[in-house]
Amino acid sequence: MDVLVCLKRVPIAGGTFLLTADSRDIETKHLGFGVSPHEENAVEAGVQLVEQMGGSLTLLTLGPTDAEEQLRAQLAIGASRAILLETDGQDWDPQATATALVEAINGEETKFDLIIFGAESADSAGYQIHIRVAHALNRPIITNVKAMTVGDGVVKCERVAGSERELYEAPLPAIVTVRDGLNIPRYPSVPGRIQARKKPIDIKKAEPRVPKLEKLQLTVAPSNSKGAEILGEGEAAVPALVEVLKKIGILA
Amino acid sequence: MILVLVDHDRGVLDPLSLRALTAARKLSSDVQAVVMGRQGAILAKEIGEYGADTLFVATNDVFADYTPMASGKALLELVTKINPEAVLAAGSPRGNEQLAHLAAFMDLPMAAECSSIKIGNPHEVTRARWAANIFEEALVHSDLLIATVLAFSVEPEQVGGTAEIKEFEATLDAADTLVRVIGRGNESKIGGISLTDAKVIVSGGRGVGGPEGFGILEELADLLGGTVGCSRVVTSSGWRPHAEQVGQTGTKVAPDLYLACGISGAMQHIAGCKNSKTIVVINTDPEAPILNYADYAIIGDLHKVIPALTAAVRAARG
Repeated sequence: MDVLVCLKRVPIAGGTFLLTADSRDIETKHLGFGVSPHEENAVEAGVQLVEQMGGSLTLLTLGPTDAEEQLRAQLAIGASRAILLETDGQDWDPQATATALVEAINGEETKFDLIIFGAESADSAGYQIHIRVAHALNRPIITNVKAMTVGDGVVKCERVAGSERELYEAPLPAIVTVRDGLNIPRYPSVPGRIQARKKPIDIKKAEPRVPKLEKLQLTVAPSNSKGAEILGEGEAAVPALVEVLKKIGILA
Repeated sequence: MILVLVDHDRGVLDPLSLRALTAARKLSSDVQAVVMGRQGAILAKEIGEYGADTLFVATNDVFADYTPMASGKALLELVTKINPEAVLAAGSPRGNEQLAHLAAFMDLPMAAECSSIKIGNPHEVTRARWAANIFEEALVHSDLLIATVLAFSVEPEQVGGTAEIKEFEATLDAADTLVRVIGRGNESKIGGISLTDAKVIVSGGRGVGGPEGFGILEELADLLGGTVGCSRVVTSSGWRPHAEQVGQTGTKVAPDLYLACGISGAMQHIAGCKNSKTIVVINTDPEAPILNYADYAIIGDLHKVIPALTAAVRAARG
């Protein structure tokens, strides 16, 4: 079972956003970086599959030189190697990103049985790279997966829709995108972190393309901040809250 | 002419699709709609009322249930035949997915979750990033615009009218129908009220302190006819099941009352609860970011305030 997990380096956003002077990016001077939330579940799923079935887990990202930091952090969870498609640090549009990922995947000797993405990136959320990759590789794709089992050359998945779970399956090799809740990602162990420093990362230069979805600039959404009315402190404020519950129709 | 993919689940309309129809009406007086599957034809009356004068119905048997790649292929066939200026759908997981398949088939750009669209050469869009905390102004360089409409960015408007049904059977390959819904099960909260249906959600965060702390939240939720929710740290610590997580990575909710207890209000949590009618916060920290999004707050320890509130609600009911 050879598994590939695709990751994206993103800033870890706090409660408010600041933009750079040219308004093209988020100001990250005071922010740390991580991978998009669902991708921690993707790595955990990959590690579990290799633990159960043997094989290999490889990580792939497209991003700036500094994305090595996120690859090392995720290698510490249990992958054997990683590939960094190094950009100039600019955002790439989804078609350019998908094309570069496909070229990298096709250039690998390993023919991955399963390619796992997070359901959406925390920052740009374009909802399409995984589907473009699936089309280019001529593989089935199941998205937004909340539960997954692999066996007998088939991946079986569940996706939550309203209050129901939809069941899907696809023959391997396949692509899935996973959501938080699929599993509980483990923390890296100390030996894991030490080994991760020595694990191989192939760094390849990725040549940018003219974007067809061209970012001009960003704006911060007008805050829908209402500023809460403080009803009081501690238990003494409970009667005021009961009045509020009556006013909004929760209590008769 | 604008083509709108109207999504439905076995004949039940996705209400966000009506907003996509309205968004299309604002761009053009010539709006046509398409549904996947014969069951979708029963939506023709409503689709007409929201401004489409034609409803294309893809009649392939496989569309008896959701088959996303086949939707993309059927859209491709229809687009080639009727040559619209733009194809729109709701900015929902299904809307985004089906249009992404169309975009991949055509190798054209797609702009997801747009709050504003201007057709032109190039097309100009504003789209949501970071769970709609950031908006991106972008150009789309393609003749055909493929875009989804950000949920709740447009109010649906009834304009009256009727849609004429035109059936077509799409030419599909085996690969297009490989991935489809093959069965269904209940979400893990069997018998309970699901987060999306609940009128009242009593939600707990790190401040609850541990799994045992949720007992008082459950008691209050039961009393108010609601259900318990929680923040991401709670599910990633294993205190509560993931099905209860409210947020960008959990469930997006819009109850009448969202009572946030011991939740600081990370952006990803706010993204999941900001459409609640009334948000009330119980938190020891008067500077917690969630207060910026709340209507009312009690500054205090939830372990004391919630039992007092439960008692007061019981008393108020006599």
